[in-house]
Amino acid sequence: MGKTIAEKVLSSHSGSDCRPGDIVIADVDFCMSQDGTSSMMMRELRSMGFVSPKTKRGMAMVIDHNSPCPSADVSVIHKAIRSFADSHSIPLHDVGEGVCHQVVLEQGKVLPGDLVIGADSHTCTYGALNACSTGLGSADVAAAAYTGKLWFKVPETMVLRVDGDFGLMIGAKDLILTIIGKLTADGATYKSLEFKGAAIDSMCMDGRMTVANMAVEMGAKFCPFEFDSTTAKWFSERGIHAEHGLSCDPDARVESEMDFCTDDIVPMVARPHSVDNVCPASELADVLVDQVFIGTCTNGRLGDLEAAARILKGRTVKRGMRLIIAPASRAILLDAIEAGIMHQLIKSGAVVVSPGCGPCVGTHAGVPSDDETVLSTANRNFKGRMGNNKGVNIFLSSPETAAATAIRGTITDPREVM
Amino acid sequence: MTILRGRVHRFDPNDNINTDYIISGRYKFKIDDIRKLAEHVMEDIDPDFASRIEKGDIIVAGRNFGCGSSREQAPRALKAAGVSVIIAESFARIFYRSAFNIGLPLLTCETGWVRSGDLIEVDLSKGEIRRGSTGTVMSTSRIPQVMQILLSDGGLTSHIMKHNGFSLETDKME
Repeated sequence: MGKTIAEKVLSSHSGSDCRPGDIVIADVDFCMSQDGTSSMMMRELRSMGFVSPKTKRGMAMVIDHNSPCPSADVSVIHKAIRSFADSHSIPLHDVGEGVCHQVVLEQGKVLPGDLVIGADSHTCTYGALNACSTGLGSADVAAAAYTGKLWFKVPETMVLRVDGDFGLMIGAKDLILTIIGKLTADGATYKSLEFKGAAIDSMCMDGRMTVANMAVEMGAKFCPFEFDSTTAKWFSERGIHAEHGLSCDPDARVESEMDFCTDDIVPMVARPHSVDNVCPASELADVLVDQVFIGTCTNGRLGDLEAAARILKGRTVKRGMRLIIAPASRAILLDAIEAGIMHQLIKSGAVVVSPGCGPCVGTHAGVPSDDETVLSTANRNFKGRMGNNKGVNIFLSSPETAAATAIRGTITDPREVM
Repeated sequence: MTILRGRVHRFDPNDNINTDYIISGRYKFKIDDIRKLAEHVMEDIDPDFASRIEKGDIIVAGRNFGCGSSREQAPRALKAAGVSVIIAESFARIFYRSAFNIGLPLLTCETGWVRSGDLIEVDLSKGEIRRGSTGTVMSTSRIPQVMQILLSDGGLTSHIMKHNGFSLETDKME
């Protein structure tokens, strides 16, 4: 019998022929932590007498969630992270380099068929590169860094087939919001999600990263995309040797299969205060928005900024509206400057903050006022998420819907401003 | 034989209590001291919880408790606040591992019958919950063997130090 990608990766990394439900001790290729999760990891590692990471390609520490440092309290944590990274020869990606997940991908530390963990729930993003990657707590990441291994329960696999061609102004974010709405916040708990279908084959890597990023919003463990020519091209453009990867065997035993068609997918929005509370953007035309945020590990990549700039071209942000942009990495910011995208966005009235997590987690720039409404391209809209729990409503959408909303001041289906 | 006794706390919402609600990003990124973080647990959905909770108290919830962010501060802050065990209909994956990793036991069962303020008794090894006033007894699903090993070793880091690596040789888990 064939295997799913998750079963192949866990089998090869544990030296066993494993099946769903098995517990395996597997070699971990790479791990990472960020400034919100590093302190506890460092404490565990110190108590174990840690010297250097045993994971195959080492580890990375990234200062992205609260960066540049907004207060003296946080500066103490950042200083400790820098000192720890330095004394254990761990590559540190400091303020302004970008969101941990984008930085790790750009560094070429994740290869097809890899097993990767990170002390950040959106570590599942690397599934776009044909890896099995997942977010875990700091103690698990410390254990992997210290031993080079970790225990895993082999997950069941759900196959999601998406056929058709996406319409104009509709894409990966609308697809994943549609799926989350259908499966709900715990509909894929412990599962590996594996995608198939024409709409996935034609999806660019930025789009696949958006989809994989949000797999955890349904509780999924992994979201490995199949290796194809798009994956190979992404690696070769970055000078990384990766010609082969894994796919889900046609005769693999999967727990369930679901079919989606792009004909049924329209610009979607997640309403407060849960990600699975979705509806078409067009149904929210009367929702007045105070702040739009475009960025994050979900939608802060070049294609996302470019899509927003295309819509904002020759237009300005509605008076009274704040449009905040946080490119996902320094490399993306530089590319966007070179392509004229940043010029366009700023000219339209956007304020650009440092590459990193931006206002997503509410720790620094862009905290909304009481009773305000925010439309964000991030992955979470929980109450209080952006730093203020007093009457703030957070909606989630694609960059296209976000840009259209910034122009009109109310939630807008981007097809209406074409 | 571990028997835990405590007063029940339930929340609104009952399902999908995420780790942002357990400990907000407003605090967890700047406060490193877990006892100080514990003063803010559940603040966004129950502002008085941290002042009401007493050592040994028990959280009871619906589905998908602990979903969202991987922040290990969530189980750690609950434990530091005095929570002895959490009982829910289901848990999110990362929270589930992290709680056992740091020595906070979790049990799953149907929870509609338990109310806020109830005094309950939890027998971890038998997987039984008994309500003090009525004597109602409910069975929980068994704690997976891997988690039992981690719990009895005092958490993941102690487990690794004790065995110089992983020692989780078990049969197939449920």
